[in-house]
Amino acid sequence: MSRGLLDIESISRQDIEAILTRSKTFQPAPGQPFKRTTILQGKSIVNLFFEASTRTRTSFEIAARRMGAEVVSITSSGSSVSKGESLVDTLNTLGAMRPDAIVMRHAASGAPHFLSRYLPVPIVNAGDGTHEHPTQALLDALTILDRRGTLEGLRVAIIGDIAHSRVARSNIFLLSKFGAHIVLCGPATLLPPQIGQIAPGIELTTDMEQAIRGADVIMMLRVQLERQNEAAFPAAEYFSFYGLRLEHVEAAKPNVIVMHPGPINRGREIASEVADSQRSAILNQVENGIAVRMAVLERVLA
Amino acid sequence: MGKLVIQNGRVIDPASGFDQVADVAMEDGVIREVGANLDATGAETFDATGLIVAPGFVDIHVHLREPGFEHSETIESGSRAAAAGGFTSICCMPNTEPVNDNATVTSYIVDRARRHAVVNVYPIGAITKGSAGEELASFASMKQAGIVAISDDGRPVMNARVVRHAMEFARALDMPLIEHCEDLHLSAGGNMHEGLVSTRLGLRGIPRSSEDVMVARDILLAEVTGVRYHVAHISSRIAVEMVAFAKSRGLRVTAEATPHHFVLADTDMLPYDSNYKMKPPLRERPDVDAVTQGLVSGAIDAIATDHAPHPGDEKMQEFERCPFGIIGLETALGLALEQLYHPGYVDVAHIVKLFTSNPARILSLDGGTLRAGGPGDVTIFGVDHEWTYDVGKSPSKSRNSPFHGRKFRGGPVATVVAGVMVWRFGEN
Repeated sequence: MSRGLLDIESISRQDIEAILTRSKTFQPAPGQPFKRTTILQGKSIVNLFFEASTRTRTSFEIAARRMGAEVVSITSSGSSVSKGESLVDTLNTLGAMRPDAIVMRHAASGAPHFLSRYLPVPIVNAGDGTHEHPTQALLDALTILDRRGTLEGLRVAIIGDIAHSRVARSNIFLLSKFGAHIVLCGPATLLPPQIGQIAPGIELTTDMEQAIRGADVIMMLRVQLERQNEAAFPAAEYFSFYGLRLEHVEAAKPNVIVMHPGPINRGREIASEVADSQRSAILNQVENGIAVRMAVLERVLA
Repeated sequence: MGKLVIQNGRVIDPASGFDQVADVAMEDGVIREVGANLDATGAETFDATGLIVAPGFVDIHVHLREPGFEHSETIESGSRAAAAGGFTSICCMPNTEPVNDNATVTSYIVDRARRHAVVNVYPIGAITKGSAGEELASFASMKQAGIVAISDDGRPVMNARVVRHAMEFARALDMPLIEHCEDLHLSAGGNMHEGLVSTRLGLRGIPRSSEDVMVARDILLAEVTGVRYHVAHISSRIAVEMVAFAKSRGLRVTAEATPHHFVLADTDMLPYDSNYKMKPPLRERPDVDAVTQGLVSGAIDAIATDHAPHPGDEKMQEFERCPFGIIGLETALGLALEQLYHPGYVDVAHIVKLFTSNPARILSLDGGTLRAGGPGDVTIFGVDHEWTYDVGKSPSKSRNSPFHGRKFRGGPVATVVAGVMVWRFGEN
């Protein structure tokens, strides 16, 4: 962990437990404001977002500030990033400014892994291409733990574009380490058979009803409209096959948790009445994102 | 010109079946005689005791990047890397800038090679103009200027009708057609082999089927046209079976394999390390085994490197953005010994055949054998000496090799081109 947080696959269950335990101490009590600390006072963090993201970037910024760190955010437009400078040169330049950590989002899978081989500064992966989004899986785990107390033995259905989802990969690796039963569901073109072998405890299905039956948790993934151009699925029919509707929720466990990494496409992958229902934990996820990122930054920097 | 006698080596010449301890005498650029205790009066000598003396190695698939990409490689630097790998003849693919699709470019390459290369360089011409896959290039005039085959390597001809016509012309000129087998629609956007590893790493896959459908299509068309058809860098276990099937039908179909495809699988790659990115991609262990067995059985005829230099600043990028290809001339023999000879799959004579007489036969090159009066091209190598590959010392202008730091048992010791020693082990 001293080298940052690149992915969930390569960290141990013990490390994940430590982060989650620490995250709980950063959660505000009901009705109370978020806690502030000075643990990271004097530390500087560069948020480097090569791909547009409002919520993850803001979440990391708030987490850093609440712990007293200085934070600078750089997004791809309006910086040297968009002027043809290579990734290595950009990072070398930033590295020379001696930040204590770099939080990075990039459209290319493995970009933070590639850089971590050349840069002495710890890198926190805030999403790399279609590979992983480790802090998302951590905040999802915290959200489930808030309501269930354990991950072990839970049936978790992850539904949507599995093939291209970094959220799915990070969640699969995390949930598998904790003994959850994972059901992956989506159109056949977006559900590569090999993904069933990337970790223990995975079941694949193209049938939404089968995926949801008896589920403790339903995680919906964002549908990326650009995949239509690749003939990966008939867009017009997507909602009727893989959109989450109230009747699905009723087939799951009575206390099922509905999750979505956001931003949601109402009426495309999730019906409004589900997104806004008692079962939806979507806003808890956003709140927990800050607590988890505080714990991650502390672990990387303190 | 001078005389050179290579003494007391085990001389292996697969084309003639010769295999015994002997001397090889060269004079005026050609082989004068092969036999015991030859007269070395007035000649330079080389003691090859304990070493193998073979015909000069032939690599029928390299990229020399000149003209157009001289920052990656030149005909001179590439030829020096070839010599350091024991190769005395190399065939360069036409994807230069401009593309070698006409006799002017061919003549330029031939002329540059004559003046600057330390080994024999044979150009391969494009199949279509600009390798754009539409209009046929000028085969006959390029042949007169010196091309030995046609290929749109790296930009496979997707239109089956165009390929068919190219095959008909190539057949009439008795010129082999080499295909880089990849259906570009199936492989679009892919960066590594489509499988468990690509799924885990979140990288877009290049499916095995993208190679298989092209091999199948071309074999069917080769049967219709009667062309001499050659599959470049075969990597799929199914493609290997199809080539064997084509041979069993008596078609004039041949195939080559690269060392990286018979040594490395996708599971061996360092995650997101661009030195493991090439086309075809590193496939799964059963494919590596099938390629190895194809080289043993004869389904695959030759070893070729697909030496593809890219400078550091182009390879030092995000995996999905960096170009495809690795250099391979200097490590080819070491890897062949490691994977084929030391485990006992083949004897040394078979290794020599894969590097000499077979590739020379595929492209009808002068060489690949040690006959009196033939070119004085000789490769001297050992099968036991230990050495470590240091890509930093490569004569190539590029450093993109996944084999940097690898320890080898056996490899090239000296390279002789036209009776002149152009490289010796330890003299890089």
